[in-house]
Amino acid sequence: MSSVTTKRRKAAVRQSRRNAGPSKKIKAKGIWSIGDRIGVVAAWVAGLLLCTIAASITLFMGWKGIQYVTWDVISSSPEASLEQSKVGGFLDPIIGTLLLTLLGGLIATPVGVSVALWLTEYGRPSPLARFVEAGVEVIAGTPSIVLAIFGLLIYQQGVMSPFSFTADGGEVFGRSFFAAGAAMSLIALPFVVGGTREGLNSIPKHIREASYALGKDKASTIRRVLLPSARRGIATGSTLGIARIAGDTAIVVVLLGASLQIAPEGNIPGIDVLRGTGSTLTSYVFQNSPAGEGNAPEKAYAAAFVLLMIVIVLNLVVSRLTKKGQHVWG
Amino acid sequence: MGVGPDQQVPENGSNGLASEGVPPLRRIVVDHEVAPIRVADGYGVAGDNGQVAEETFLLPEDQAPSHWFEERMRTESLSVAFGSKTAVNEVSLPVNSGQVLALIGPSGCGKTTLLRSLNKLVDLTPTAVRSGRILIDNQDIDLFDDTQLRRRVGMLFQQPNPFPMNIFDNIAYGLRERGSKRPRKKELEPLVVDALERAGLWDEVSDNLDHPALSLSGGQQQRLCIARSLAVLPEVLLLDEPCSALDPISTAIIEETVVGLKDEMAIVIVTHNLQQAERVADQVAFMYLGDLVEYGAAEQVFNAPMAERTKDYVRGDFG
Repeated sequence: MSSVTTKRRKAAVRQSRRNAGPSKKIKAKGIWSIGDRIGVVAAWVAGLLLCTIAASITLFMGWKGIQYVTWDVISSSPEASLEQSKVGGFLDPIIGTLLLTLLGGLIATPVGVSVALWLTEYGRPSPLARFVEAGVEVIAGTPSIVLAIFGLLIYQQGVMSPFSFTADGGEVFGRSFFAAGAAMSLIALPFVVGGTREGLNSIPKHIREASYALGKDKASTIRRVLLPSARRGIATGSTLGIARIAGDTAIVVVLLGASLQIAPEGNIPGIDVLRGTGSTLTSYVFQNSPAGEGNAPEKAYAAAFVLLMIVIVLNLVVSRLTKKGQHVWG
Repeated sequence: MGVGPDQQVPENGSNGLASEGVPPLRRIVVDHEVAPIRVADGYGVAGDNGQVAEETFLLPEDQAPSHWFEERMRTESLSVAFGSKTAVNEVSLPVNSGQVLALIGPSGCGKTTLLRSLNKLVDLTPTAVRSGRILIDNQDIDLFDDTQLRRRVGMLFQQPNPFPMNIFDNIAYGLRERGSKRPRKKELEPLVVDALERAGLWDEVSDNLDHPALSLSGGQQQRLCIARSLAVLPEVLLLDEPCSALDPISTAIIEETVVGLKDEMAIVIVTHNLQQAERVADQVAFMYLGDLVEYGAAEQVFNAPMAERTKDYVRGDFG
């Protein structure tokens, strides 16, 4: 008895599917014009092409890189030599990259968070707010080589000598970790501002009002409620910015001096490194590639692989942070 | 009845925490010893609150009416406009301790605006203009700092909105003062526990005060928000459709909590739900297009409304 009813039910379902199925298809065929169909195909091609390109970059760099990355090249300093076997490793560029991202991030995060806070929570007078907004956009759109040249202009001034390596005669070169870090912070700044603003804008208005309704002023509301709530946005923005710093070359070449080894300046420990010149993985790759003056493509591949890994890890951190999501109210 | 310098000092209780560790309970009895409340001359709003609160209080306990009340706040020809649009038009209304006042009316009638002007939250809107007077204990609210006033006049919102911190910190948030002297957790603990107990949430969260507040259910979150407001010992509690985002059971619990609180403070509730207003309110004010159409005891407004519009609204003809 029961099997009969099941059969009947199944038959009914089949029948209803038959009824629904074809009519939908006919409808779809009727709506899609030639242009739309070409568009769909183009979208598919573009998407697949992008995936292919991304995959081939990663696979190619992975294949090349793993061949040449050894503990030796990671842990030894570069040496000047015309022979590939004698140019040493790229410990200094790795340290340089980490130092520069740290420095840039340390400058960009507080500044960016403050700018975003001011824009979203105060934003008055509004012409000034629009001006600041436009300023951030201009910085975001400026090629890093332009930022680098501008940084050079500033850091070559005599008053900047404490932040730069100098010649015996007192001439200020304007090249140092300080100079490069400051310029790099401009690259990260728009990302920090954007991430923080997004985080702040996602906080509903009634959360702010709840804090005010408890007799709190704006300062404690920002410090104790808004900033903690926007934490993820801030972290995402900073990490994105730091990934951009790690990948930039122009500023390193112009403002870090591009000496392969870290060359401290002065004799205050810690500060001397920041005043001195050095290199990063990007400038190292550039200089050792066939395009640069060095001729050590194997080392370039290895360094590029390490750089790619660093950036991929940073991006994973970003997607992890965004996936965890914002707090949801109500 | 203006505001004299010899009247009650507003700082009483509003930041007593810093000086003594424990804020004095700002309940009605305490306030009476400080400043007896008198009803203003020529104060003529419809309602049965004509008697002088002092007298009510002087009655021996066995003769005291079961539902005593006393005026805490009052609006006098209050108008609020956003730009050129008037949201509240010349509304005069008393807010009494010991009673729940329900503001009802169709959407956009200005009831929420009226509520939000009682703790000056409406001032946060840049285009808002307010005229007329709002008095708390016969003192103009504009004499107080926003922060001071909002400690005395707490508010609960439509959406449960706990802060993204743990349960304890949510309650303690309002108690923590600015500046260098931050009260230690131990000092705050009894106050936090008390607030949670009064909001009827203590039994449910006592074991996990360090859990994030956003992990609670919607109804619990809303009661947490009540507790958060109660922690700063307000004299008036404003509720802006507090149950519209909640299920019926949570709604019933919140309503019960609200009715239980009215003996300690004045409560104003904005609601779209007439059944809810009937269940919790002692006084009802019906507003329409910014005007106060009718104000009176709940039974009277619901069963024998005087104005035609009120009749239509409570019968469900519009709104």
